[in-house]
Amino acid sequence: MDPKTFKFNTKTLHSGYQPEKNAGSRAVPIYQTTSYMFEDTDTAAALYNLEKGGHVYTRLTNPTIAVLEERVAALEGGTGAVATASGMSAIFLTLMTMLETGDHIVASSSLYGGTSNLLRFTLPKFGINTTFVKQRDTEEYKKAIQKNTKCILGEILSNPINELMNLPAVAKIAHDAGIPMIVDSTYQTPYLCRPFDHGADLVVHSLTKWMGGHGTSMGGVLIEGGKFNWQQNDKFPSMTKPYEGYHGLSFTEEFGPIAFSMKARAEGMHNFGPTMSPTNAFNILQGIETLSLRMDKHCLNADLMVEFLSAHESVSWVSHPNASDYPDKELANKILPGGKGSMIAFGIKGGKQAGEIFLNNVQLASHLANVGDAKTLVIHPASTTHSQMDERTLELAGIPQDLVRLSVGLEDIEDLKNDFNNAFRITKKTLK
Amino acid sequence: MKLTVNNEEVFASTGGRPFDKKKPLIIFLHGSGFDHTVWMLQTRYFAFHGYSVLALDLPGHGLSKGKCLTSIEDMAEWVKNVIDKTDCKEASLVGHSQGCLIGLECASRYPRTIKTLSLMGGSGSMPVNPILLDLAANDNRKVVDLMMDWCHGPSGQFGTHSIPGMSHINIGSAIMTSKPLKEILCVDLHACNNYTNGFEVAKNLTLPVLTILGDKDRMCSLNAGKKLSTAIKGSDVYVIKNCGHMMHLEEADKVLVILKKFIIANFPS
Repeated sequence: MDPKTFKFNTKTLHSGYQPEKNAGSRAVPIYQTTSYMFEDTDTAAALYNLEKGGHVYTRLTNPTIAVLEERVAALEGGTGAVATASGMSAIFLTLMTMLETGDHIVASSSLYGGTSNLLRFTLPKFGINTTFVKQRDTEEYKKAIQKNTKCILGEILSNPINELMNLPAVAKIAHDAGIPMIVDSTYQTPYLCRPFDHGADLVVHSLTKWMGGHGTSMGGVLIEGGKFNWQQNDKFPSMTKPYEGYHGLSFTEEFGPIAFSMKARAEGMHNFGPTMSPTNAFNILQGIETLSLRMDKHCLNADLMVEFLSAHESVSWVSHPNASDYPDKELANKILPGGKGSMIAFGIKGGKQAGEIFLNNVQLASHLANVGDAKTLVIHPASTTHSQMDERTLELAGIPQDLVRLSVGLEDIEDLKNDFNNAFRITKKTLK
Repeated sequence: MKLTVNNEEVFASTGGRPFDKKKPLIIFLHGSGFDHTVWMLQTRYFAFHGYSVLALDLPGHGLSKGKCLTSIEDMAEWVKNVIDKTDCKEASLVGHSQGCLIGLECASRYPRTIKTLSLMGGSGSMPVNPILLDLAANDNRKVVDLMMDWCHGPSGQFGTHSIPGMSHINIGSAIMTSKPLKEILCVDLHACNNYTNGFEVAKNLTLPVLTILGDKDRMCSLNAGKKLSTAIKGSDVYVIKNCGHMMHLEEADKVLVILKKFIIANFPS
C-alpha cells in the first residue's frame, strides 16, 4: 500500500491550482491587479488581522503568484513559499526575517557575487556581519560559529567554480548550534535536489534561472521546511516573542510550521515590498511545467560538454561533478543522484586574454550574465559577475582569472561543439 | 498560553488575544498526531470577537509537555481538568477527528460544563487500519504519507490553500513528523481504535451539536459521520462538497461561517 499523492511531474503541472475555482480556466490566469474587493468591513478587518486567508494587495499576495508559490513549495517538500522579485530579494527577505542588529552569519566564501556583496557590504550597515569559510571545509563552518551566529548560508554547488558543499554535515553543524541552515538551490532546482531532505531548513531560488528556463522573467522564492524549532533557544525573539506589528502575535505559537513564511510575508513583503509581477509568475509557471524534461536534457548536454572540454587541447581544467578528477564524486552522487546540473567551469589556456578572445568569438553561445536559460550562456566571472571582488577575495572564492563559466543549454550538442571549436581555434590563432 | 494540568505544562493558543476567563470559553481539540496550529484559521476570529479561545496541544503534542494520553476517556478527563484550571464554569468544545471522540466523551461526562459541541470529520467510532498502526509503531514515515493522502480531498491534493502560498500536505506532514511517531501518532491512533463508546454516548447527548462533514473524506467516511449525527438528537449537519478530512484547513472559510453561526446562536458572547 503506497500513498497516491501526486508525484513530481504531476506537481509541476497541477500543484496550487484548481480550474473550477477560476472560471474553469485550464491555464493559470494572470491576475494583473493591485488590489482585491472586500466583501464587507468585517472581512476586510479579518484579512488584515490574519483571521482568515485571502488577498488584500498584490505587494503581499496575488492569486497568480500564490499558484507559483504553492507549486514550488509542493515540489521542494516545503510547508510554504513566498515569491519575490528576484533571487537576491529572496535572500534578503530570508535574512531580514530572521536577523537582528548584532547578529552574525557563517557563509561559504564561494557564494554568487551578488550574495557575497550583500553579506560583505550591505548587511554590515545594519550591524550584521559574516564570517566566510571555504565551501568544502566542513570543519571551518563549525569553528566560525559564534554566540551571536544565527544561520549558516550556502549554495550546494558554488558559483562559478562548482565546489560541492557537504550539505548534510554542514546542516548538522547548524542544528547542533541551534540555528537554521539556509541553502540557495538555484543551480539544482527541486528536480535535481530537495535540500530539505538533506537537512536544510530554508531554501531560496532564483526562479529566473532553470525554474523559468526561458530567460524572460525575473523572480525569486523563499521556501520553508517547517521543521526548524525556533523556540529551542532564545536566539530568534522576533519569531517567538509577541510582535507588536500584529497585536502581539507570536508567529511560532500561532502558525507553527509556516511561522517563517507568515512573518516573511507579514513583515518583509509588507515593509520592503520586493514583489514579483503576476505576469512574471505566469511566465515562470510555464517554465516549471516542463522542468523535468528540460533538466534531463540540460544534464545530458552538460555531461557531453564536460567530456568534450576535458579532451580539448585549449582547455586546462574542467570543474563539474561529472568531470573525471572532481574531488567529491561520492558526495555528489548522494546529494544529486538525478543529475549534476548544467553549470560547467573551465580554464582556457592563455589565461584572462584568451578568455576574452574566446567570449568575443562564440556565436551560438550567448555572452551574458544569466544562467539556466534554455540557450547556452557563457561569461568570464573575474571581469563581470565577480568583478567587485579584489584579487584576494577572488582567490578566497577560488575564482581564477582564466575561468570561463558555461551554462549549458538545450541546443543540439554538435552545434555547441562546433561553436566552441571555432572560438577556441580563433583564440589560439590570435594569441600566436 | 501555558497552564499546568496534572503537574504537566500544557500549551494552548489563545488566538492572539490574552485569555480572559470572563468571556465564554471555546476549546479546540486537534486530531491524531496534529497540534493546535491546525486551527489557525478559526481561532483568531473567535478570539477577536468576544470569546476566550484555547486551542489545546494534547499532552506530548506540539508545545505541551508530558506523555501522550492513551485513551479517549483519559483525554476527556484531561480536557475537563484544563477547563477547571481556567476557572471557567462552562465551555464550548470544537473537535476534529480524534478531537470529536474526546468531545463526545467529555460532553457526556460533564453535561453541566460543556454547553455546545462541534464535530468535524468525526464518527462514533474510528477503527484504524492495522497497516497504519503497524507503521506508526515502527516509526515508519510512510504512515504519515498515507495519512496525508487519505486526509486530503481535492483542495489538499491540488493545493489552493486559503493562506496564499502554503502547502496543505506538507504542513500536515511537518506537524506529524515533528515528534517521534511511535510516541505520539501511534498512541493517538490506538486510542481512537480502542474507543467504542461513541455511538452510545451520542444517543444520550442533549446539548446543541453541530456536525461538519466532507463528502470526499477518506479517513472518516461521510456515511460514518452521518450515522453519528443521526444518533444525536437535533444535531445540525453540514456537508461540504469536494472536501476531505481536513475541512478546517481545506475549506477554512466555509467551516468558519458554519461554526460562527452555530456557536454565536447557541453559546453567545
